[in-house]
Amino acid sequence: MIRKALLAALSLAAATAVQAQTEIQFWHSMGGALGDKVGELATKFNATQNQYKVVATYKGSYSESMTAAIAAYRAGNAPHILQVFEVGTATMMAAKGAIIPVAKVMKDADEPFDPKVYLPTVAGYYTDTKGNMLSFPFNSSTVVFYVNKDAFKKAGLDPNKAPKTWKEFLAAADKLKAAGQSCVYTSGWPSWMHVENFSAWHNVPIGTKENGMASLDSEFQINSPLHVRHVAMLGDMAKKGLFTYAGRGNQAEAKFGSGECAMLTSSSGAQANIKRNAKFEWSVNFIPYHDDVKGAPQNSIIGGASLWTMGGKTNNAYKGVAKFFAYLSRPEVQMDWHTSTGYVPITQAAYEMTRKSGYYDKNPGADIAVKQLTNKPPTSNSKGLRFGNFVQGREAIEEEMEGVFSGKKDAKAAMDEAVKRGNEILRKFEAANKG
Amino acid sequence: MEKRVVFQSKWLPYALLAPQIVVTVIFFFWPAAQAVYYSFLVQDAFGTSSQFVWFQNFTELFHDGRYVESFKVTVLFSTLVAVSGLAISLLLATAADRVVRGAMAYKTLLIWPYAVAPAIAGVLWAFLFAPSIGIVTYLLKKMGIDWNWIINSEQAMLLVVIAAVWKQISYNFLFFLAGLQSIPRALMEAAAIDGASPTRRFWTIVFPLLSPTTFFLLVVNIVYAFFDTFGVIDATTQGGPAASTQILVYKVYHDGVKAADLGSSSAQSVILMLIVITLTVVQFRFVEKKVQY
Repeated sequence: MIRKALLAALSLAAATAVQAQTEIQFWHSMGGALGDKVGELATKFNATQNQYKVVATYKGSYSESMTAAIAAYRAGNAPHILQVFEVGTATMMAAKGAIIPVAKVMKDADEPFDPKVYLPTVAGYYTDTKGNMLSFPFNSSTVVFYVNKDAFKKAGLDPNKAPKTWKEFLAAADKLKAAGQSCVYTSGWPSWMHVENFSAWHNVPIGTKENGMASLDSEFQINSPLHVRHVAMLGDMAKKGLFTYAGRGNQAEAKFGSGECAMLTSSSGAQANIKRNAKFEWSVNFIPYHDDVKGAPQNSIIGGASLWTMGGKTNNAYKGVAKFFAYLSRPEVQMDWHTSTGYVPITQAAYEMTRKSGYYDKNPGADIAVKQLTNKPPTSNSKGLRFGNFVQGREAIEEEMEGVFSGKKDAKAAMDEAVKRGNEILRKFEAANKG
Repeated sequence: MEKRVVFQSKWLPYALLAPQIVVTVIFFFWPAAQAVYYSFLVQDAFGTSSQFVWFQNFTELFHDGRYVESFKVTVLFSTLVAVSGLAISLLLATAADRVVRGAMAYKTLLIWPYAVAPAIAGVLWAFLFAPSIGIVTYLLKKMGIDWNWIINSEQAMLLVVIAAVWKQISYNFLFFLAGLQSIPRALMEAAAIDGASPTRRFWTIVFPLLSPTTFFLLVVNIVYAFFDTFGVIDATTQGGPAASTQILVYKVYHDGVKAADLGSSSAQSVILMLIVITLTVVQFRFVEKKVQY
């Protein structure tokens, strides 16, 4: 009898102990294998302590989960942590009260936090002009240049010498075409690659006010002679059958992986899939640059997503959030994330650790993204960008670029129009967020 | 004798109607009222700051070339869907009307697509016509046609029209078949004896007698093309390339949900609401009176 009561009391105590754990809701957009990895991160973090329990939930695509979080915030039950894609950064930042800067979360929780340990191009993207880190960089990638070495060999080109400049690139493209390659070159993410990263790589501004990072009243500057010349070059390549447009997302990656296209510029995150599918030798390289531009190549910028802390929760919960972020920054956790997903490591220490482990020797090309991001110390043109409602802005740019690729528009007119439309979107965002 | 049911109690009829009214108010009137209210506001995505701007969202829309463009796209799309949908199903219905053996099998097969959800229909067609892996693309390439609706706006429009029409053919087919079967055989036989050719019989007897059905279907198809094709477009082109298949409904979704511009999106949905009201009036005024079933 006494034993039974004791048992009951014990189990009750155990139950309350479980209940005393503070749940931290984490909404993310990592589907498939990536989603499993995020779940694994949460489980492993939960095992390191017993005060907090991170509950990772897949909420659909980036825009879907952001919409869901906006609706939830309006209804008063937003998650603690929300994963937001890079183009949503300005929208999140402007929502004062709805979010809490990561720097503040860490400080309030007395978690040791030094923004300098993160890669500057990664952390800079999510840091305000005063140096406060606003969101926690989670999955970052950049554009890299993939080459099908077998196709190069077939065309009489040196498979171990990928074109470094656009001049060399064009010469190689002609040879590939002459050798009967049906699709010579394709590219994923047209604006991200050929406007955003293109600008950073050549150290020219995408927009005024440090690419919009300094204030809301920035204006696009993507109709400079250099931008127009580059887009015109792509349009010309499309006309000659040297460039096959494959859409605004990552559709181009499949065209490269299947061997249809010989060259590709797309996310460094595509490597895992290419490795699995490609039945040919391939290499990862720096993206080409125009060699007559002074200072090029500079450094490339990131894409991907970061973790935002939502407002209106208890202090205790924020302590848990801070602990989770600290856990995610650990070199061994970062190394595991980097090597299993292909996203770049976000701290210098994690990069060093991966290098020393010999991973890059076994997987040549896996370090190209980091090397390209850290090629030179970032300038105000190359540390990132922050444009209001850039979901729409990027679309305006891509629509105009599509006009050039399909031969309907001249490059100058298209880029002028992209600037005009982009600026209208920026002014609207500025007006909506001044209050 | 009074045909209507007369309630003795005063509250019973209201009580019986209440659930329906509650559902209508919560799921139709309330959101509609909110859309009207939001259409006068400019606010950030999280609603932390908002300003009342009167009709600014509306005036901006009509000064926006892309909204006007979306109107044109919608008109083109609905015309293509309604006209080709009606023509094909009329052709199928006249053919099915003549079949003697296995008529049931044909009819059943023709009705099947109606049971497929729009999004699924979109995905099916998107796969068939996918620029890199589609089987139809493969055949077209063999014929020397460069099929890539990711960059070619005419091909993109063709793709969404095909997917939307395919989905609606069954519905039109059913109504046309019913219409055809209600045409008196005696009329047709008399005309045949008088020596009228099948084509002449179709245009002078069948087509005029079918006109109420045709008009009804025309309205239904326009409404379908305007509002129910969202799933088809979302699953295939998502409005692209360069917004060439972005119909009004899709733009409302895109601007509100993807671009988080609630003011403009609400203003657009208010305009759509007005269009629906107009179409409903047209249907009640002209169609309900004239269609004979």
